[in-house]
Amino acid sequence: MIADKKLISASSSETVDTGVAFGKLLKPGDVVCLYGNLGAGKTQFTKGIAQAMGINPEEVQSPTFAIIHEYASDVPLYHLDCYRLESAEEAMNIGIEEYLFGQGVCVIEWPEVIESLLPDHVRSVTIEHEEKEKRRITIHQKA
Amino acid sequence: MLILGIESSCDETAAAIYDGARLLSNVVASQKDHIEFGGIVPELASRAHERVIWETVQQALDDAGADAGEIDAIAVTEGPGLMGSLLVGLCFAKGLSVQWNKPVIGVNHIDAHIYAAFIDAKPKLPAIALVVSGGHTQIFHVPSPLNHLLMGNTRDDAAGEAFDKIGKMIGLPYPAGPAIDQLATHGNPGFYDFPRAMMKKGLDFSFSGLKTSVLYFLEKMKPEEKERVLSDHMNDLCASISAAITDVLIYKLQRAIKQAGVKSVIIAGGVSANRMLRRKAAEMAEKQGVELHIPNPEYCTDNAAMIAVTGWFKAQQGLYDDERLKPYARHQWEKYQK
Repeated sequence: MIADKKLISASSSETVDTGVAFGKLLKPGDVVCLYGNLGAGKTQFTKGIAQAMGINPEEVQSPTFAIIHEYASDVPLYHLDCYRLESAEEAMNIGIEEYLFGQGVCVIEWPEVIESLLPDHVRSVTIEHEEKEKRRITIHQKA
Repeated sequence: MLILGIESSCDETAAAIYDGARLLSNVVASQKDHIEFGGIVPELASRAHERVIWETVQQALDDAGADAGEIDAIAVTEGPGLMGSLLVGLCFAKGLSVQWNKPVIGVNHIDAHIYAAFIDAKPKLPAIALVVSGGHTQIFHVPSPLNHLLMGNTRDDAAGEAFDKIGKMIGLPYPAGPAIDQLATHGNPGFYDFPRAMMKKGLDFSFSGLKTSVLYFLEKMKPEEKERVLSDHMNDLCASISAAITDVLIYKLQRAIKQAGVKSVIIAGGVSANRMLRRKAAEMAEKQGVELHIPNPEYCTDNAAMIAVTGWFKAQQGLYDDERLKPYARHQWEKYQK
Protein backbone atom coordinates (compact mmCIF):
# COMPACT_ATOMS: atom_id res chain seq x y z
CA MET A 1 0.00 0.00 0.00
CA ILE A 2 1.28 3.46 -0.92
CA ALA A 3 1.29 6.14 1.79
CA ASP A 4 -1.41 8.81 1.84
CA LYS A 5 -0.37 12.16 0.42
CA LYS A 6 -0.62 15.01 2.92
CA LEU A 7 -0.58 18.65 1.87
CA ILE A 8 -1.02 21.96 3.64
CA SER A 9 -3.19 24.64 2.05
CA ALA A 10 -2.63 28.16 3.34
CA SER A 11 -5.85 29.64 1.93
CA SER A 12 -9.10 28.82 0.17
CA SER A 13 -7.49 29.73 -3.16
CA GLU A 14 -4.71 27.20 -2.49
CA THR A 15 -7.42 24.61 -1.76
CA VAL A 16 -8.89 25.40 -5.21
CA ASP A 17 -5.40 24.97 -6.75
CA THR A 18 -5.00 21.59 -5.03
CA GLY A 19 -8.39 20.60 -6.47
CA VAL A 20 -7.18 21.60 -9.96
CA ALA A 21 -4.08 19.40 -9.66
CA PHE A 22 -6.17 16.50 -8.33
CA GLY A 23 -8.90 17.04 -10.95
CA LYS A 24 -6.43 16.75 -13.84
CA LEU A 25 -5.89 13.10 -12.91
CA LEU A 26 -9.58 12.16 -12.99
CA LYS A 27 -11.23 10.10 -15.75
CA PRO A 28 -14.86 9.43 -16.73
CA GLY A 29 -16.56 7.17 -14.19
CA ASP A 30 -14.36 8.29 -11.27
CA VAL A 31 -16.01 8.83 -7.90
CA VAL A 32 -14.37 11.12 -5.33
CA CYS A 33 -15.47 11.30 -1.68
CA LEU A 34 -14.69 14.52 0.17
CA TYR A 35 -14.52 14.30 3.95
CA GLY A 36 -14.22 17.28 6.29
CA ASN A 37 -16.04 19.49 8.77
CA LEU A 38 -18.36 22.39 7.93
CA GLY A 39 -16.35 25.17 6.33
CA ALA A 40 -13.28 22.99 5.70
CA GLY A 41 -13.28 23.79 1.97
CA LYS A 42 -14.92 20.81 0.25
CA THR A 43 -16.81 23.07 -2.17
CA GLN A 44 -13.57 25.06 -2.80
CA PHE A 45 -11.74 21.82 -3.65
CA THR A 46 -14.62 20.92 -6.02
CA LYS A 47 -14.27 24.31 -7.72
CA GLY A 48 -10.68 23.23 -8.52
CA ILE A 49 -11.82 19.88 -9.93
CA ALA A 50 -14.40 21.75 -12.04
CA GLN A 51 -11.73 24.10 -13.36
CA ALA A 52 -9.53 21.14 -14.33
CA MET A 53 -12.51 19.71 -16.25
CA GLY A 54 -13.08 22.93 -18.21
CA ILE A 55 -16.00 24.22 -16.12
CA ASN A 56 -16.10 27.79 -14.82
CA PRO A 57 -15.32 27.41 -11.08
CA GLU A 58 -17.44 30.48 -10.26
CA GLU A 59 -20.53 28.48 -11.18
CA VAL A 60 -19.83 25.84 -8.55
CA GLN A 61 -21.97 26.41 -5.46
CA SER A 62 -22.74 24.23 -2.48
CA PRO A 63 -25.17 21.45 -3.52
CA THR A 64 -26.49 20.82 0.02
CA PHE A 65 -30.03 21.94 -0.74
CA ALA A 66 -30.39 20.46 -4.20
CA ILE A 67 -28.39 17.27 -3.30
CA ILE A 68 -26.99 17.11 -6.85
CA HIS A 69 -25.59 19.85 -9.09
CA GLU A 70 -24.76 18.81 -12.65
CA TYR A 71 -22.18 20.72 -14.69
CA ALA A 72 -21.96 20.05 -18.42
CA SER A 73 -18.53 19.64 -20.05
CA ASP A 74 -16.82 17.07 -22.30
CA VAL A 75 -17.00 14.85 -19.23
CA PRO A 76 -19.91 15.96 -17.02
CA LEU A 77 -19.27 16.77 -13.37
CA TYR A 78 -21.82 15.60 -10.80
CA HIS A 79 -21.37 17.44 -7.51
CA LEU A 80 -23.30 15.55 -4.83
CA ASP A 81 -23.93 16.39 -1.20
CA CYS A 82 -25.46 13.83 1.16
CA TYR A 83 -25.62 16.20 4.16
CA ARG A 84 -29.44 16.23 4.10
CA LEU A 85 -29.86 12.52 3.43
CA GLU A 86 -30.67 10.21 6.31
CA SER A 87 -30.22 6.81 4.68
CA ALA A 88 -28.83 4.99 1.65
CA GLU A 89 -32.46 4.17 0.70
CA GLU A 90 -33.23 7.88 0.41
CA ALA A 91 -30.27 8.22 -1.95
CA MET A 92 -31.55 5.28 -4.01
CA ASN A 93 -34.93 6.98 -4.28
CA ILE A 94 -33.41 9.99 -6.02
CA GLY A 95 -31.64 7.65 -8.43
CA ILE A 96 -28.11 8.20 -7.12
CA GLU A 97 -26.85 5.01 -8.78
CA GLU A 98 -27.28 6.64 -12.18
CA TYR A 99 -24.67 9.24 -11.17
CA LEU A 100 -22.34 6.87 -9.30
CA PHE A 101 -22.15 4.40 -12.17
CA GLY A 102 -22.40 6.92 -15.01
CA GLN A 103 -19.83 8.29 -17.44
CA GLY A 104 -19.18 11.54 -15.58
CA VAL A 105 -17.01 12.40 -12.60
CA CYS A 106 -18.84 12.26 -9.24
CA VAL A 107 -17.61 14.41 -6.36
CA ILE A 108 -19.46 13.63 -3.13
CA GLU A 109 -19.55 15.79 -0.01
CA TRP A 110 -20.73 14.15 3.26
CA PRO A 111 -20.60 10.65 1.67
CA GLU A 112 -20.81 8.73 5.01
CA VAL A 113 -24.51 7.85 4.67
CA ILE A 114 -24.11 6.31 1.18
CA GLU A 115 -20.81 4.47 1.69
CA SER A 116 -22.56 1.12 1.19
CA LEU A 117 -23.57 2.18 -2.35
CA LEU A 118 -20.16 3.37 -3.55
CA PRO A 119 -18.15 1.52 -6.21
CA ASP A 120 -14.82 -0.11 -5.24
CA HIS A 121 -12.72 2.38 -7.22
CA VAL A 122 -13.78 5.38 -5.10
CA ARG A 123 -11.06 7.96 -4.25
CA SER A 124 -11.10 9.77 -0.91
CA VAL A 125 -9.86 13.19 0.15
CA THR A 126 -10.01 14.59 3.69
CA ILE A 127 -9.79 18.32 4.44
CA GLU A 128 -9.21 19.40 8.04
CA HIS A 129 -9.06 22.80 9.75
CA GLU A 130 -5.55 23.59 11.03
CA GLU A 131 -5.93 27.24 12.03
CA LYS A 132 -7.67 30.29 10.51
CA GLU A 133 -7.34 29.88 6.71
CA LYS A 134 -4.90 26.95 6.94
CA ARG A 135 -6.11 23.43 6.03
CA ARG A 136 -4.55 19.96 5.96
CA ILE A 137 -5.55 18.07 2.82
CA THR A 138 -5.04 14.29 2.75
CA ILE A 139 -5.33 12.44 -0.56
CA HIS A 140 -5.93 8.84 0.48
CA GLN A 141 -4.26 6.20 -1.65
CA LYS A 142 -6.11 3.15 -2.77
CA ALA A 143 -5.19 -0.05 -0.90
CA MET B 1 -57.96 32.13 -18.27
CA LEU B 2 -57.34 29.19 -15.91
CA ILE B 3 -53.77 27.96 -15.43
CA LEU B 4 -52.87 24.74 -13.64
CA GLY B 5 -49.39 24.91 -12.09
CA ILE B 6 -47.34 21.82 -11.20
CA GLU B 7 -44.13 21.85 -9.13
CA SER B 8 -41.86 18.86 -8.42
CA SER B 9 -38.31 20.23 -8.62
CA CYS B 10 -37.12 19.12 -5.19
CA ASP B 11 -38.84 17.92 -1.99
CA GLU B 12 -42.41 19.08 -2.54
CA THR B 13 -45.03 17.80 -4.96
CA ALA B 14 -47.46 20.68 -5.50
CA ALA B 15 -50.33 21.82 -7.72
CA ALA B 16 -52.30 25.08 -7.88
CA ILE B 17 -54.83 26.88 -10.05
CA TYR B 18 -54.71 30.61 -10.89
CA ASP B 19 -57.19 32.59 -13.01
CA GLY B 20 -55.18 35.76 -13.71
CA ALA B 21 -56.60 37.63 -10.73
CA ARG B 22 -57.05 35.10 -7.96
CA LEU B 23 -55.45 31.92 -6.71
CA LEU B 24 -58.24 29.32 -6.70
CA SER B 25 -56.32 26.48 -5.03
CA ASN B 26 -52.86 25.69 -3.72
CA VAL B 27 -51.97 22.13 -2.65
CA VAL B 28 -48.56 21.03 -1.34
CA ALA B 29 -47.93 17.35 -0.58
CA SER B 30 -45.06 17.10 1.88
CA GLN B 31 -44.28 15.55 5.23
CA LYS B 32 -45.37 18.77 6.89
CA ASP B 33 -48.90 18.83 5.46
CA HIS B 34 -50.78 15.67 6.20
CA ILE B 35 -52.99 15.49 3.18
CA GLU B 36 -55.55 12.72 3.10
CA PHE B 37 -53.98 10.48 0.50
CA GLY B 38 -50.61 8.83 0.19
CA GLY B 39 -49.71 8.91 3.87
CA ILE B 40 -46.28 10.23 4.72
CA VAL B 41 -44.26 11.25 1.69
CA PRO B 42 -40.59 10.30 2.07
CA GLU B 43 -38.62 13.44 1.68
CA LEU B 44 -36.59 13.92 -1.50
CA ALA B 45 -37.91 10.88 -3.30
CA SER B 46 -38.67 11.37 -6.99
CA ARG B 47 -40.49 8.08 -6.71
CA ALA B 48 -42.62 9.74 -4.04
CA HIS B 49 -43.53 12.53 -6.49
CA GLU B 50 -44.78 9.81 -8.81
CA ARG B 51 -46.99 8.32 -6.11
CA VAL B 52 -48.74 11.55 -5.10
CA ILE B 53 -48.74 13.76 -8.21
CA TRP B 54 -52.09 12.60 -9.57
CA GLU B 55 -53.89 13.01 -6.23
CA THR B 56 -52.22 16.40 -5.69
CA VAL B 57 -53.44 17.70 -9.06
CA GLN B 58 -56.91 16.25 -8.47
CA GLN B 59 -57.03 17.96 -5.08
CA ALA B 60 -56.07 21.30 -6.70
CA LEU B 61 -58.93 20.89 -9.23
CA ASP B 62 -61.40 19.94 -6.47
CA ASP B 63 -60.38 22.82 -4.18
CA ALA B 64 -60.78 25.26 -7.08
CA GLY B 65 -64.13 23.76 -8.02
CA ALA B 66 -62.74 23.48 -11.53
CA ASP B 67 -63.34 20.86 -14.15
CA ALA B 68 -60.38 19.50 -16.12
CA GLY B 69 -62.03 20.84 -19.29
CA GLU B 70 -61.90 24.43 -17.99
CA ILE B 71 -58.10 24.49 -17.65
CA ASP B 72 -56.56 26.56 -20.49
CA ALA B 73 -52.89 25.65 -20.02
CA ILE B 74 -50.63 23.56 -17.81
CA ALA B 75 -47.58 25.32 -16.34
CA VAL B 76 -44.84 23.08 -15.00
CA THR B 77 -41.40 23.55 -13.43
CA GLU B 78 -38.79 22.72 -16.07
CA GLY B 79 -35.73 23.47 -13.87
CA PRO B 80 -33.44 24.01 -12.15
CA GLY B 81 -33.70 21.04 -9.81
CA LEU B 82 -33.18 17.32 -9.49
CA MET B 83 -33.54 15.72 -12.92
CA GLY B 84 -35.46 12.70 -11.60
CA SER B 85 -37.92 14.88 -9.70
CA LEU B 86 -38.36 17.38 -12.54
CA LEU B 87 -39.06 14.58 -15.01
CA VAL B 88 -42.00 13.33 -12.94
CA GLY B 89 -43.78 16.71 -13.07
CA LEU B 90 -42.85 17.36 -16.68
CA CYS B 91 -44.00 13.96 -17.98
CA PHE B 92 -47.22 14.24 -15.99
CA ALA B 93 -47.89 17.74 -17.40
CA LYS B 94 -47.22 16.55 -20.95
CA GLY B 95 -49.57 13.62 -20.41
CA LEU B 96 -52.32 16.01 -19.29
CA SER B 97 -51.56 18.27 -22.24
CA VAL B 98 -52.21 15.40 -24.66
CA GLN B 99 -55.26 14.14 -22.80
CA TRP B 100 -56.88 17.58 -22.38
CA ASN B 101 -55.56 18.96 -25.67
CA LYS B 102 -54.23 22.08 -23.90
CA PRO B 103 -50.77 23.62 -24.19
CA VAL B 104 -47.97 23.11 -21.69
CA ILE B 105 -45.80 25.99 -20.40
CA GLY B 106 -42.32 25.38 -18.95
CA VAL B 107 -41.51 27.59 -15.96
CA ASN B 108 -38.15 28.33 -14.36
CA HIS B 109 -38.39 27.63 -10.63
CA ILE B 110 -36.23 30.59 -9.54
CA ASP B 111 -38.05 33.06 -11.80
CA ALA B 112 -41.31 31.73 -10.34
CA HIS B 113 -40.24 32.69 -6.80
CA ILE B 114 -40.26 36.32 -8.00
CA TYR B 115 -43.84 36.03 -9.32
CA ALA B 116 -45.06 34.72 -5.95
CA ALA B 117 -45.06 38.43 -5.08
CA PHE B 118 -47.82 38.96 -7.68
CA ILE B 119 -50.30 36.58 -6.02
CA ASP B 120 -51.63 39.09 -3.48
CA ALA B 121 -50.15 42.35 -4.81
CA LYS B 122 -49.18 44.20 -7.96
CA PRO B 123 -45.47 45.07 -7.64
CA LYS B 124 -44.35 47.77 -10.07
CA LEU B 125 -41.70 47.03 -12.67
CA PRO B 126 -38.83 47.66 -13.18
CA ALA B 127 -37.86 46.07 -9.88
CA ILE B 128 -34.94 44.45 -8.11
CA ALA B 129 -35.70 40.93 -6.91
CA LEU B 130 -33.74 39.04 -4.25
CA VAL B 131 -34.44 35.30 -4.32
CA VAL B 132 -33.08 33.85 -1.11
CA SER B 133 -33.66 30.26 0.04
CA GLY B 134 -31.93 27.10 1.21
CA GLY B 135 -30.60 26.53 -2.29
CA HIS B 136 -30.38 30.01 -3.86
CA THR B 137 -29.20 33.54 -3.19
CA GLN B 138 -29.57 35.69 -6.28
CA ILE B 139 -30.28 39.33 -7.15
CA PHE B 140 -32.10 40.07 -10.41
CA HIS B 141 -32.98 43.23 -12.28
CA VAL B 142 -36.50 42.76 -13.64
CA PRO B 143 -37.15 45.53 -16.20
CA SER B 144 -40.39 43.97 -17.50
CA PRO B 145 -42.38 40.76 -16.93
CA LEU B 146 -40.31 37.59 -17.58
CA ASN B 147 -37.15 39.58 -18.19
CA HIS B 148 -34.62 38.61 -15.50
CA LEU B 149 -31.07 39.90 -15.55
CA LEU B 150 -28.68 38.40 -13.00
CA MET B 151 -26.86 41.03 -10.91
CA GLY B 152 -25.50 38.92 -8.04
CA ASN B 153 -25.19 35.28 -7.01
CA THR B 154 -23.61 33.26 -4.22
CA ARG B 155 -20.09 31.98 -4.78
CA ASP B 156 -20.56 29.08 -2.34
CA ASP B 157 -23.41 28.56 0.15
CA ALA B 158 -26.94 29.94 -0.11
CA ALA B 159 -28.04 32.19 2.77
CA GLY B 160 -30.62 29.64 3.92
CA GLU B 161 -27.97 26.94 3.95
CA ALA B 162 -25.76 29.17 6.14
CA PHE B 163 -28.62 29.54 8.65
CA ASP B 164 -29.32 25.79 8.60
CA LYS B 165 -25.72 24.61 8.97
CA ILE B 166 -24.52 27.20 11.46
CA GLY B 167 -27.59 26.42 13.56
CA LYS B 168 -26.52 22.79 13.65
CA MET B 169 -23.02 23.84 14.78
CA ILE B 170 -24.49 25.60 17.82
CA GLY B 171 -26.64 22.58 18.68
CA LEU B 172 -29.95 23.26 16.94
CA PRO B 173 -31.60 20.50 14.87
CA TYR B 174 -31.07 20.70 11.08
CA PRO B 175 -32.53 22.61 9.25
CA ALA B 176 -32.12 25.31 11.87
CA GLY B 177 -33.15 28.46 9.95
CA PRO B 178 -36.60 28.92 11.52
CA ALA B 179 -35.25 28.16 15.05
CA ILE B 180 -32.45 30.75 14.69
CA ASP B 181 -35.00 33.28 13.48
CA GLN B 182 -37.20 32.62 16.53
CA LEU B 183 -34.35 32.72 19.10
CA ALA B 184 -32.81 35.80 17.48
CA THR B 185 -35.91 37.88 18.25
CA HIS B 186 -34.94 37.75 21.96
CA GLY B 187 -31.20 38.24 21.46
CA ASN B 188 -28.63 41.01 21.17
CA PRO B 189 -27.21 41.16 17.61
CA GLY B 190 -24.17 43.06 18.94
CA PHE B 191 -23.15 40.13 21.22
CA TYR B 192 -20.44 39.00 18.83
CA ASP B 193 -19.27 40.68 15.64
CA PHE B 194 -19.13 37.91 13.02
CA PRO B 195 -17.63 38.94 9.66
CA ARG B 196 -19.82 40.41 6.89
CA ALA B 197 -18.37 38.66 3.86
CA MET B 198 -17.60 40.35 0.53
CA MET B 199 -19.14 43.64 1.59
CA LYS B 200 -17.04 45.62 -0.84
CA LYS B 201 -16.88 43.32 -3.86
CA GLY B 202 -19.74 43.73 -6.35
CA LEU B 203 -23.10 42.09 -5.78
CA ASP B 204 -22.01 38.48 -5.29
CA PHE B 205 -22.35 36.72 -1.93
CA SER B 206 -20.18 34.32 0.06
CA PHE B 207 -21.51 32.68 3.22
CA SER B 208 -19.05 29.81 3.60
CA GLY B 209 -16.52 31.84 5.61
CA LEU B 210 -19.14 32.60 8.25
CA LYS B 211 -19.40 28.87 9.04
CA THR B 212 -15.65 28.80 9.70
CA SER B 213 -15.74 31.91 11.89
CA VAL B 214 -18.56 30.44 13.99
CA LEU B 215 -16.56 27.19 14.27
CA TYR B 216 -13.45 29.05 15.48
CA PHE B 217 -15.56 31.18 17.83
CA LEU B 218 -16.79 27.97 19.47
CA GLU B 219 -13.43 26.18 19.43
CA LYS B 220 -11.39 28.96 21.01
CA MET B 221 -13.48 28.72 24.21
CA LYS B 222 -12.76 26.30 27.06
CA PRO B 223 -15.45 23.56 27.30
CA GLU B 224 -17.11 25.06 30.39
CA GLU B 225 -17.12 28.55 28.86
CA LYS B 226 -18.60 27.18 25.63
CA GLU B 227 -21.31 25.42 27.59
CA ARG B 228 -22.10 28.65 29.45
CA VAL B 229 -22.27 30.68 26.22
CA LEU B 230 -24.50 28.11 24.52
CA SER B 231 -26.87 27.99 27.50
CA ASP B 232 -26.89 31.64 28.64
CA HIS B 233 -26.35 33.41 25.31
CA MET B 234 -28.10 31.22 22.74
CA ASN B 235 -30.49 34.05 21.82
CA ASP B 236 -27.60 36.54 21.52
CA LEU B 237 -25.59 34.10 19.40
CA CYS B 238 -28.57 33.52 17.07
CA ALA B 239 -29.14 37.27 16.81
CA SER B 240 -25.45 37.89 16.02
CA ILE B 241 -25.42 35.19 13.32
CA SER B 242 -28.69 36.49 11.82
CA ALA B 243 -27.28 40.01 11.84
CA ALA B 244 -24.18 38.91 9.92
CA ILE B 245 -26.27 37.18 7.23
CA THR B 246 -29.06 39.75 6.90
CA ASP B 247 -26.68 42.75 6.91
CA VAL B 248 -24.95 41.37 3.81
CA LEU B 249 -28.27 40.60 2.06
CA ILE B 250 -29.64 44.08 2.74
CA TYR B 251 -26.38 45.84 1.88
CA LYS B 252 -26.18 44.15 -1.53
CA LEU B 253 -29.89 44.62 -2.17
CA GLN B 254 -29.60 48.34 -1.46
CA ARG B 255 -26.58 48.54 -3.72
CA ALA B 256 -28.46 46.82 -6.56
CA ILE B 257 -31.42 49.20 -6.14
CA LYS B 258 -29.12 52.22 -6.46
CA GLN B 259 -27.19 50.74 -9.36
CA ALA B 260 -30.33 50.00 -11.38
CA GLY B 261 -32.21 53.10 -10.16
CA VAL B 262 -35.49 51.26 -9.50
CA LYS B 263 -38.33 52.20 -7.14
CA SER B 264 -39.61 48.70 -6.45
CA VAL B 265 -38.08 45.69 -4.69
CA ILE B 266 -39.22 42.08 -4.26
CA ILE B 267 -37.80 39.60 -1.75
CA ALA B 268 -38.83 35.97 -2.26
CA GLY B 269 -37.79 32.41 -1.43
CA GLY B 270 -37.87 30.57 1.91
CA VAL B 271 -35.51 32.93 3.77
CA SER B 272 -37.80 35.90 3.06
CA ALA B 273 -39.87 34.62 6.02
CA ASN B 274 -36.94 35.56 8.32
CA ARG B 275 -38.11 38.33 10.67
CA MET B 276 -34.79 40.17 10.98
CA LEU B 277 -34.50 40.25 7.20
CA ARG B 278 -38.08 41.53 6.83
CA ARG B 279 -37.52 44.25 9.44
CA LYS B 280 -34.24 45.43 7.91
CA ALA B 281 -35.72 45.30 4.41
CA ALA B 282 -38.68 47.43 5.51
CA GLU B 283 -36.34 50.00 7.12
CA MET B 284 -34.11 50.07 4.06
CA ALA B 285 -37.09 50.44 1.69
CA GLU B 286 -38.47 53.34 3.69
CA LYS B 287 -35.11 55.09 3.79
CA GLN B 288 -34.55 54.60 0.06
CA GLY B 289 -38.13 55.52 -0.81
CA VAL B 290 -38.78 52.22 -2.63
CA GLU B 291 -41.84 49.99 -2.56
CA LEU B 292 -41.16 46.61 -0.90
CA HIS B 293 -43.04 43.40 -1.72
CA ILE B 294 -42.51 40.14 0.17
CA PRO B 295 -44.96 37.32 -0.66
CA ASN B 296 -47.12 35.75 2.00
CA PRO B 297 -44.91 33.10 3.78
CA GLU B 298 -46.89 30.17 2.30
CA TYR B 299 -45.83 31.34 -1.19
CA CYS B 300 -42.16 31.79 -0.17
CA THR B 301 -41.29 28.13 0.21
CA ASP B 302 -41.57 25.79 -2.78
CA ASN B 303 -45.15 25.79 -4.08
CA ALA B 304 -47.14 25.51 -7.30
CA ALA B 305 -49.04 28.80 -6.90
CA MET B 306 -45.95 30.65 -8.08
CA ILE B 307 -45.64 28.24 -11.04
CA ALA B 308 -49.27 28.87 -12.04
CA VAL B 309 -48.87 32.66 -11.79
CA THR B 310 -45.63 32.65 -13.81
CA GLY B 311 -47.39 30.38 -16.34
CA TRP B 312 -50.17 32.96 -16.59
CA PHE B 313 -47.60 35.72 -17.33
CA LYS B 314 -46.03 33.52 -20.02
CA ALA B 315 -49.45 32.76 -21.55
CA GLN B 316 -50.11 36.54 -21.81
CA GLN B 317 -47.02 36.76 -24.00
CA GLY B 318 -47.94 33.64 -25.97
CA LEU B 319 -44.91 31.77 -24.61
CA TYR B 320 -46.22 28.21 -24.89
CA ASP B 321 -44.17 25.04 -25.15
CA ASP B 322 -44.93 21.64 -26.62
CA GLU B 323 -44.09 17.96 -26.16
CA ARG B 324 -40.41 18.73 -26.80
CA LEU B 325 -40.13 20.53 -23.44
CA LYS B 326 -37.11 19.12 -21.54
CA PRO B 327 -36.01 19.49 -17.91
CA TYR B 328 -32.70 21.12 -16.99
CA ALA B 329 -30.66 20.77 -13.79
CA ARG B 330 -28.99 24.19 -14.16
CA HIS B 331 -29.80 27.51 -15.78
CA GLN B 332 -27.66 30.46 -16.84
CA TRP B 333 -29.37 33.83 -16.63
CA GLU B 334 -28.39 36.70 -18.83
CA LYS B 335 -26.08 39.01 -16.88
CA TYR B 336 -27.13 42.56 -16.02
CA GLN B 337 -25.10 45.23 -17.83
CA LYS B 338 -25.17 48.76 -16.53
